[in-house]
Amino acid sequence: MNLAGYRLARRDKASRKLAVVAPVVALLLSIALNFALYMAMGKNPVAVFQAMLIEPVISWPAFSEVLLKMTPLLLIAQGLAAGFRAKVINIGAEGQFILGAIFASAVPVWFPQISGLWVWPLMIVLGGIGGMLWAVVPAIWRVRLNASEILVTLMMSLIAAQLLNFLLVGPWKDPMGFNFPQSVIFPLDATLPLILPGTRVNVALAIALIWSVACWVYLQRSFQGYQLMVGGLAPQAAGYAGYSQSRAVWMSLLIGGLAAGLAGASEVAGPVGQLQRSIASGYGYSAIIVAYLGGLHPVGIVFSSLLIAILYIGGDNAMVSAGLPVAAVRVFQGSLLVCYLAAITLVRYRVIREPKGIRA
Amino acid sequence: MIGLSFVLSGMLAAAMPFLLAALGELVAERAGVLNLGIEGMMALGAVTGFVIIFHGFGHATGFLGAGLAGAALSLLFAWLALSLRANQVAAGLAIGIFGQGLSALFGKSYESMTVAGLPKLQLPLLADLPVVGGMFTQDIVVWLGIAATLAIWAVLRMTKLGLIIRAVGENPTAARALGYPVIAVRYCAVMFGGLMAGLAGAYAATVYTPLWADGMIAGRGWIALALVVFGTWMVGRLFFGAILFGAVSLAQLAAQANGVNLNSQLLASLPYIVTIVVLGLISSNKKLLKRNGVASLGVPFDP
Repeated sequence: MNLAGYRLARRDKASRKLAVVAPVVALLLSIALNFALYMAMGKNPVAVFQAMLIEPVISWPAFSEVLLKMTPLLLIAQGLAAGFRAKVINIGAEGQFILGAIFASAVPVWFPQISGLWVWPLMIVLGGIGGMLWAVVPAIWRVRLNASEILVTLMMSLIAAQLLNFLLVGPWKDPMGFNFPQSVIFPLDATLPLILPGTRVNVALAIALIWSVACWVYLQRSFQGYQLMVGGLAPQAAGYAGYSQSRAVWMSLLIGGLAAGLAGASEVAGPVGQLQRSIASGYGYSAIIVAYLGGLHPVGIVFSSLLIAILYIGGDNAMVSAGLPVAAVRVFQGSLLVCYLAAITLVRYRVIREPKGIRA
Repeated sequence: MIGLSFVLSGMLAAAMPFLLAALGELVAERAGVLNLGIEGMMALGAVTGFVIIFHGFGHATGFLGAGLAGAALSLLFAWLALSLRANQVAAGLAIGIFGQGLSALFGKSYESMTVAGLPKLQLPLLADLPVVGGMFTQDIVVWLGIAATLAIWAVLRMTKLGLIIRAVGENPTAARALGYPVIAVRYCAVMFGGLMAGLAGAYAATVYTPLWADGMIAGRGWIALALVVFGTWMVGRLFFGAILFGAVSLAQLAAQANGVNLNSQLLASLPYIVTIVVLGLISSNKKLLKRNGVASLGVPFDP
């Protein structure tokens, strides 16, 4: 690039300091951009940001809702990041999430009177299996048929949404539910135990944090995680070293599917408490942003999932207090990733001023 | 058979959102850039076109605005991917999410509203044929879309410009050595892709189903991306692929017209299922992909 005498030169070594600074820069940049957008929409930007970014973190009831929102994002993004590092781009977490929710719901839907302390763990496990099964198709398609997992995972998500619709208007519709497209309300034992008194935060947050540690160990400390990363960074070198590309694809997609499935299960068995259409509210897509924004690093993702969760809760606040449309949150999330991708350029490149006269 | 003539007459219109978006993406990919943001560009084009036409400025202005909106969003993508050398996959996803968010925001107060579509134009004589006659009764955009297909085919295949675009996609280093401005060519190709995606979105929202609803693009941008693979980067094959998808997406309506009682969610999934199946069939033929594929697709050019 040569813009007004400046050009980019690749750094010998990526700057670690800037890798941490980049997300912060991206956040400030998107705040500035959206500030202008809210002004253009005739909203008071200061009030909007007060509701969106400050209020969710200054009161405990609001912050507990942030933790609740953060849970599925954290689970899914950790799983996706493992794949993204191996250059296996699973963008179908939304579908895997839905399948996880469906599999978990099968228990209370088929056995509405069920009770026992083992019920919710069974639902979580089933959810994980459901998510993984939905990721099997793109894995086979990529490994055996050489088909792009990007497109196949996305198509699988669109199919999953239809499957959810089918169940909710058909066989799984609550017979006493006034014809609403939703399942029966789950019995108490089919919901997750709460872990923080006075809040809706449930055991899934603990699962998500344990999952994050597991991902950190797997990616940073295990040989297989290393193989996965090398396979993404230098596929040829990985091939010479005898690492199998197919295994990387399988591992990436299964881990991503498992994570999304767990998240889906913990959503229906957690704050929602029944299977309904609104569970497919785009966590699977937001988790892509979370994963990239966290630098595809397990520790970074904890922070980025917190940030995106704040935006969700804050967005709801801003809708009530400042009349901001919900879609504005999606715009903010999108602009955040755009700004981040622009900012991380400086991690890998330096900006050099080109002396006059030798411009290309 | 009612079903057959119904599908024959409707499939071209149903194919247009796929065709226009896929043609643009084909040009971008031929220049070596993979733009995964098509869905968002279509959504932004759709809402822009809809709002303009809703306020009475007419379809021509609406389509112009939609094309410009798509091109503007793709310019942002090009800046990330080409100038800042961001990961093309991540940049495409980011722009796609951003575009869908913007479309939901701009379209909020137009939810479920409708506009008037476009009148159909008949080709004389041909339109009077039995069964297939309906194929020759289409709105102007369909006719222009077919003309655009021919034009893009001709430009890529027979002109120097086409040669430059393909050279930039195959071997940017060599193209640069020959004195061609690789990055500038890629910028133009990407923006052409964004323009076409915007038009495709406008067609979907103001002609094919002249109504605005959030999420109405419903994966058609992603199917357009798949269509470029189905067509193995060739315009002719892409055209027939788009028509096939037009026909498939009509299956739901055709089934209802014939009283066939198939599950409606299954029918709605049909285009996605067909995409997965065809993608598997085409991609497994590695020879075909290698012969027709674009050598440096998705690889950032770092001069």
